Amino acid sequence: MASDGLHESETLAALRSEAESLKGKLEEERAKLHDVELRQVAERVEALGQFVMKTRRTLKGHGNKVLCMDWCRDKRRIVSSSQDGKVIVWDSFTTNKEHAVTMPCTWVMACAYAPSGCAIACGGLDNKCSVYPLTFDKNENMAAKKKSVAMHTNYLSACSFTNSDMQILTASGDGTCALWDVESGQLLQSFHGHGADVLCLDLAPSETGNTFVSGGCDKKAMVWDMRSGQCVQAFETHESDINSVRYYPSGDAFASGSDDATCRLYDLRADREVAIYSKESIIFGASSVDFSLSGRLLFAGYNDYTINVWDVLKGVRVSILFGHENRVSTLRVSPDGTAFCSGSWDHTLRVWA
Amino acid sequence: MSSKTASTNNIAQARRTVQQLRLEASIERIKVSKASADLMSYCEEHARSDPLLIGIPTSENPFKDKKTCTLL
Repeated sequence: MASDGLHESETLAALRSEAESLKGKLEEERAKLHDVELRQVAERVEALGQFVMKTRRTLKGHGNKVLCMDWCRDKRRIVSSSQDGKVIVWDSFTTNKEHAVTMPCTWVMACAYAPSGCAIACGGLDNKCSVYPLTFDKNENMAAKKKSVAMHTNYLSACSFTNSDMQILTASGDGTCALWDVESGQLLQSFHGHGADVLCLDLAPSETGNTFVSGGCDKKAMVWDMRSGQCVQAFETHESDINSVRYYPSGDAFASGSDDATCRLYDLRADREVAIYSKESIIFGASSVDFSLSGRLLFAGYNDYTINVWDVLKGVRVSILFGHENRVSTLRVSPDGTAFCSGSWDHTLRVWA
Repeated sequence: MSSKTASTNNIAQARRTVQQLRLEASIERIKVSKASADLMSYCEEHARSDPLLIGIPTSENPFKDKKTCTLL
């Protein structure tokens, strides 16, 4: 018995030391290809001029902190969710509210529009992701048609439909991500590997195949193969929670926003961080990030109530936008890139162009 | 009994970590210079169709206010 115990601890020690040496090898391999910085290569690109972006619409109606928002593919409708349990669908052109539903829980941290525009998904402290079909029948109660799809063992932090209304990808405070069939509620695949709460996820642009990236409180960003459930790449350079991840439009890279007050760009083919977007004067966490259509601009919302606009290639800030009266919690560029929408703890959403 | 289960779990966990690291260490990588050049050329190719980058006429942007007529 005693000798078994000794054998086991030797194996454990051997495995741990192999893990350490593999980590070292990984860093070495990555470093070999680090021949230049992105911003150096980008020196030959013309600098960007002055940007004039203003709030063009303010969406008022939530009674508490706005936590999440998503655009409809029609480039006009927006779904948003709030701490007070309300989920609202807006027409961003007119600012009219088209639908509203009250969830049975508070802190609805995640919401998403279905690709068809006919349904929305949301969830939060209820540990679930539910799908609500959108109906224009005034007599129908939206809450009546609610379908519970995902079940986690802790809060739902993010959700996204895949390319169709049939599947939803979720991220949770329970440290996992999961892929679900909407119709049956069946778990299709689960993704284990984060060492703490997963806070965000983003699906790769459809042309680049079946992967997605997630970020968590373990400071790691992980890229997953949706079919196998395998983590294919992991990045650990942030110094605090990663609140937001978003793919670069080509699918070859992704950006992240973190409580360490920086945003970073990771290139998937070089398998490393290639840019950091930071300034000494920026000391509050970045809560949400998104790219403009060409990938040249990165919009980031911060806990100091501002939105910073970064030149992705040169690594410098090109604009700072004021307007919100509390933390910016969520930010998405519209599907046709004409505007972006930000949601805030000040209870409002703003559309900027 | 329980300490043996715990150590078996630790070993299983450690094995998974090693397997995962082996996988990550073995992927094919390209140089940052090549990756950067590709990111830049994507930006360049798509700059013209990026409304927030180059700006589009007010008449084409549904969010920008056009001059409106008032009925007297």
